[in-house]
Amino acid sequence: MTTDERGAAGPPAGDAADGLAAELAGLGADAPAGLLDRIAARRVHVPGPLPGPHADVQVAFTDHGVAYLRAGMDEAEFAAAFRARFARPLLPAAAPPAGLVPALRTGRPGGLRLDLRGLGEFEAAVLRAAARIPRGQVRPYAWVARMAGRPRAVRAVGSALGRNPVPLLIPCHRVTRSDGTLGEYVFGAEAKERLLRAEDVDVDGVAELARRGVRLVGSDTTGIVCYPTCGDARRITPAHRRGFGDLAAALAAGYRPCLRCRPGDSRPA
Amino acid sequence: MTVTDEVPTSHAGGAADTAGARVVAALSDDLDGGFAVLYEAYRGAVFSTALRLCGRWAEAEDLSAEAFLRAYRALCGYGPERIEALRPRAWLLTILANVWRNSLRSASRRPQAGPIEEAPDPPDPGEGVEDAAARRETGRELAALLARLPHDQRAAVVLRHVTDLPVAEIAAVLGMPEGTVKSHISRGLARLRVLRGAGRPGEEQKGGVR
Repeated sequence: MTTDERGAAGPPAGDAADGLAAELAGLGADAPAGLLDRIAARRVHVPGPLPGPHADVQVAFTDHGVAYLRAGMDEAEFAAAFRARFARPLLPAAAPPAGLVPALRTGRPGGLRLDLRGLGEFEAAVLRAAARIPRGQVRPYAWVARMAGRPRAVRAVGSALGRNPVPLLIPCHRVTRSDGTLGEYVFGAEAKERLLRAEDVDVDGVAELARRGVRLVGSDTTGIVCYPTCGDARRITPAHRRGFGDLAAALAAGYRPCLRCRPGDSRPA
Repeated sequence: MTVTDEVPTSHAGGAADTAGARVVAALSDDLDGGFAVLYEAYRGAVFSTALRLCGRWAEAEDLSAEAFLRAYRALCGYGPERIEALRPRAWLLTILANVWRNSLRSASRRPQAGPIEEAPDPPDPGEGVEDAAARRETGRELAALLARLPHDQRAAVVLRHVTDLPVAEIAAVLGMPEGTVKSHISRGLARLRVLRGAGRPGEEQKGGVR
């Protein structure tokens, strides 16, 4: 404690009689160790999964988890973007938070904590839905809208994903258009395609199915219908594979939706 | 906490804001780096003040964090001239005092929590072992008596004798004339003596500083 430093300097003469001033001076206390981390966020550079201009990833994290991730920015740009969005001091970190580097390397978040405070209810619901898409699979924007509880808000899903504070960690690159094209991405469409191919998503196969009007794939042995990139759909042998334009057609043919990828009506209810 | 040996000229006491120029220079250079310097320079003053104003460890952490965050957000909107002209310690403690006053106001709107001076030294159910030890260590009895002072007296006494601010700076922090500050301090001290006398009749002052 630092109490006696000031006490030793001696109280003002008038208060010396009962030492009250000296006793009050002893009531000082240093700030607890964790206080700064409740106020400021920390920043680190980490290697990201993208090549070229997006290879360098900067991450800001708080005592609640990772709050912000951007690739291909210089430090001043990142600090300005973080400040504009979070209005919180940003200080250098000694090391990245546990689990961050493996999460970026594997595309699986593991137990990595994210700080999503400050997001609107709908934005947070959209991001939670996107976070459930497994590595190597894609879902349409309408699926995210349905999972976020607002099936008609497909365009708003696009905006919310475009504002994703933690891309790569919440894999908004796995949300694609139901016409088979990949759609936009915070790091550009080219980066989106590269990430999906690196996860072994059959980008060309999905596009080809969409061109033929096929958005769901079912197995005539199990009677279950899935999105084409669902792990279960990929195991269907070509002889038993049936394509459907939408869920209504599959239901009419006696199929039921997969409980894992949960395909929905392409037209909002 | 940095306490310099050079005692300020005024015998009335109060340490000058010796870190002020360094903090302003750092803030002018870079807001985030400057904030780190600001925090290091004043974290003890801010936390001590918050702790003795509100009387509870956990609440003091909340008030301090809120004050530093508000300070940063204000700085984001300041131009270079305004930062140059800043007297950082007084400015920061002014923000803290406002945060504390706001917390009192919202606490008084909650029906179950009465004014703190009518509930002297309430045991904090959320207080951990560490907090309890810290409280005992730092003069729990006197701290509890502080909580029974009227708000203005408590603020003036804490800023003068716990935070060790000169009267002129306290006047700036609390937004009142120096004469009023001095009268709050002397009335506050007088009231503390009365309260303490009532608390332990006949007992002599325990020796020395812990």
